[in-house]
Amino acid sequence: MNSVLRNRVLNVLLIAALGLFLYWAEHNLDGYKIQILNLIAVNAILALSLNLIYGFTGMFSLGHAGFMAIGAYVSALCILSPDQKEMMWILEEVVWPVSVIQTPFWFSVLAGGALAALFGLLIALPVLRLGGDYLGIATLGFAEIIRVLIVNATPITNGSLGIKGIPMHSTLLVNYAWLLVTLYCLIRLLNSNVGNVFKAIRDDEIAAKVMGINVFGYKVLSFCIGAFFAGIGGALMGNLLTTIDPKMFTFLLTFNVLMIVVAGGLGSMTGSLLSSAIITVLLEWLRAVEEPFSFAGFDVPGIPGMRMVVFSLVLLCIILYRREGLMGMREITWNALFRFINRRRHA
Amino acid sequence: MTSPLLELTGVTMRFGGVVAVDDLSMHVPAGSVTGLIGPNGAGKTTVFNVITGFYTPQNGNVRFNGETITGRQPHLVCKAGIARTFQNIRLFGNETALQNVMIGCHVRQKSAWWMPVLCLPQAAREERAIEQKSLSLLKRLDLMIYAGEKASSLPYGAQRRLEIARALATDPTLLVLDEPAAGMNPQESQDLMRFIQHLREEFNLTILLIEHDMKVVMGVCDHIWVLEYGKLIADGNAQEIRNNPRVIEAYLGEDMSHA
Amino acid sequence: MSLDMFIQQFFNAITLGSLYGLIAIGYTMVYGILRLINFAHGDILMLGAYFVFFGTTTFCLPWGLAVVVAILAASAAGILIDRIAYRPLREAPRISALISAIAVSFFIESLSVVLFTGLPRPVYQPDWLTTAFQVGSIRLLPLTLLVPVISFVLVMLLLWMVYHTKPGLAMRAISKDIETTRLLGVRVDRIIALTFGIGSALAAASGIMWALRYPQINPYMGIFPGFKAFIAAVLGGIGSIQGAMLGGLILGMLEIMTVAFLPSLSGFRDAFAFVVLLLVLFYKPTGIFGEHTEEKI
Repeated sequence: MNSVLRNRVLNVLLIAALGLFLYWAEHNLDGYKIQILNLIAVNAILALSLNLIYGFTGMFSLGHAGFMAIGAYVSALCILSPDQKEMMWILEEVVWPVSVIQTPFWFSVLAGGALAALFGLLIALPVLRLGGDYLGIATLGFAEIIRVLIVNATPITNGSLGIKGIPMHSTLLVNYAWLLVTLYCLIRLLNSNVGNVFKAIRDDEIAAKVMGINVFGYKVLSFCIGAFFAGIGGALMGNLLTTIDPKMFTFLLTFNVLMIVVAGGLGSMTGSLLSSAIITVLLEWLRAVEEPFSFAGFDVPGIPGMRMVVFSLVLLCIILYRREGLMGMREITWNALFRFINRRRHA
Repeated sequence: MTSPLLELTGVTMRFGGVVAVDDLSMHVPAGSVTGLIGPNGAGKTTVFNVITGFYTPQNGNVRFNGETITGRQPHLVCKAGIARTFQNIRLFGNETALQNVMIGCHVRQKSAWWMPVLCLPQAAREERAIEQKSLSLLKRLDLMIYAGEKASSLPYGAQRRLEIARALATDPTLLVLDEPAAGMNPQESQDLMRFIQHLREEFNLTILLIEHDMKVVMGVCDHIWVLEYGKLIADGNAQEIRNNPRVIEAYLGEDMSHA
Repeated sequence: MSLDMFIQQFFNAITLGSLYGLIAIGYTMVYGILRLINFAHGDILMLGAYFVFFGTTTFCLPWGLAVVVAILAASAAGILIDRIAYRPLREAPRISALISAIAVSFFIESLSVVLFTGLPRPVYQPDWLTTAFQVGSIRLLPLTLLVPVISFVLVMLLLWMVYHTKPGLAMRAISKDIETTRLLGVRVDRIIALTFGIGSALAAASGIMWALRYPQINPYMGIFPGFKAFIAAVLGGIGSIQGAMLGGLILGMLEIMTVAFLPSLSGFRDAFAFVVLLLVLFYKPTGIFGEHTEEKI
């Protein structure tokens, strides 16, 4: 059997196994564990999208929370029924056409992604001329502006009250299906020559220009694709939590995603997947630190806020002692796996 | 002599108060190997940066293949058919040698970015063709054994050749080499001279090069232009340049006698 | 709006602006030398305010002494941050140091929540600073006048230091070329530590004044002043001390006056600065006093 066919068969098997596991989990695990599994999928989508922008194309963007906010708000507005909206908007009357639209779940998620991509395009045109840290601070500024706009655009967004009671559609299977779609698109893109072009821009912009690459154009492209998937991730997250408000989408949210990407390895898709799982679980596990617990007969009081202390310390240690993260730029592929097994067998 | 492929007329490039290139007019005939020499700081690399679109000169004109390309963006200059290498090698270090060459092919690629995502057969065909073309370029430049290696891990000489392979992948008519012999020993520069000749014939190229190694310049160039302080001080074939008193004066201190 | 109102607002703007300016100096000095946006700078401001709070309450120090101790402690904290989180990354890609800075910033904020609790705390204000007096029909606090004066004096001292002393010379040399400066026998790490120390001291000073003006402190109080001050530094031209002060004043003026003249925009107050940032970056990324540098090809 040649390796291409083998890999395809293995991919199908893996996806089938994942599907079976999720089906089992949906029916047998408790709600809290299901929620964690859901969060892993959503975080993975977010991490992959930031990795495309920063890890693969080398643009240090801190605007993820902004794209997520757009995705979450747009999809929530699309999915709520007109009656619900009329009830909920108590500060100001809800404006037309938001007041009348209602769309199916899949469409509302896509709409969230599309609008995030559109905003990405608007932002990209002025800021992508900047390099490095200036780009970071400018995108951060944009995310903050988006948040302030959401607070103040009360007739559309219900202002600081946020939106509650979003009907939950994102079951485990749905979330993981979106993750697979994201993963598929990004792998196809990054393994094509356009993927090489993105990486070329990351490695050396000037050399890329000399090779005839329209560097600015491809940066905008990568940024918008990243924004699109960030919007989808935000939409799914809003659906998962069923409640969104502007305070959710602060810089802290971007920081979480950045942390996952750096920990997984900049420029490694599989690294992002792995670290989404690890960090999501770690974050939940750390909740225990904030609750009072008893250890060996002693009552240890919970320390509120301790989670973020540990969390930021972990990122600090990664950046100081293992900058390449879990995977560096490597990927886990079937070929690499088989090579590894063969080497073990012959050794 | 055939009509010039590249022609600079009255090009002046100033940075603040410093005049890096002063009213320079020169040309490169199609099919030639042309040299641009001069002492350190004479403005040679600035001329290259003007030609490849990184700088827009305050005055003057650059014409290529009958078109004015002054101030055109670098990637469009490449599209028009000029490829270059760098004095300090600038490969895409994290990518393999093969990927580096494939990136060079991108400028002639027709399928759009979303086509491979949708698995369109024409895109897949083109990707395969690009891979084949890149592999054959690697083979012709004797880089086949490095195809799967990270570019930054290649030995120095191979990195220089890879940079040329990558430039050739853009299907240029004019290849601009910035100090190709830098850091080479005499034997290696000998090989390089033969290699440049061979390039011109095999790829039907015109070559413009900056070089400090006089042996290389005198050995391969049909025509040589000499810059000093941004001004053209002489031009001619190797023999004429060797005997030109202005050139000898400019290079005083650098050993010309062995060339 | 009446003239009195305008003058009143004008003083408010100058006060706010000079606070932004003082904080901005820390950003501009560090960026000028290390090309690093010191994200944790705003948190030093918060620490300064908290140190005074605990100095006067827990340790029962007189207010003046507490201020001196707090400034010294904050300055030490700044140097410590550089030593632990930035110095090991000097040779690393620049963005690594920036990520490290972001992590440090979150660490300080969350640690402060744990240690000081997240509740806002009221701050002791000496009477002589906060008893309003009347000039014509304008009511002013001594504080409002004092803040710009103190800021002005501090900036003058700093400028004298940078342009007329040996460490100042070393700082300017490092900002041009760190490697060459090191080869010339300057103890680069010491000078960088000094820079962090001075920047942090200024941030702490402005944090203390900030707490007097807006007399409630909490662990997140440094974030927005920090961002805005950084924007002021960019506006003034990063690397330039005068620019930082000028940028701060312009930003303060813009913020106060816009809200005063167009109250309907007050909801957007926190977004103004970012809009200014984007405009500056788009039209003149080097700012007012910035130098233009080109990448060598």
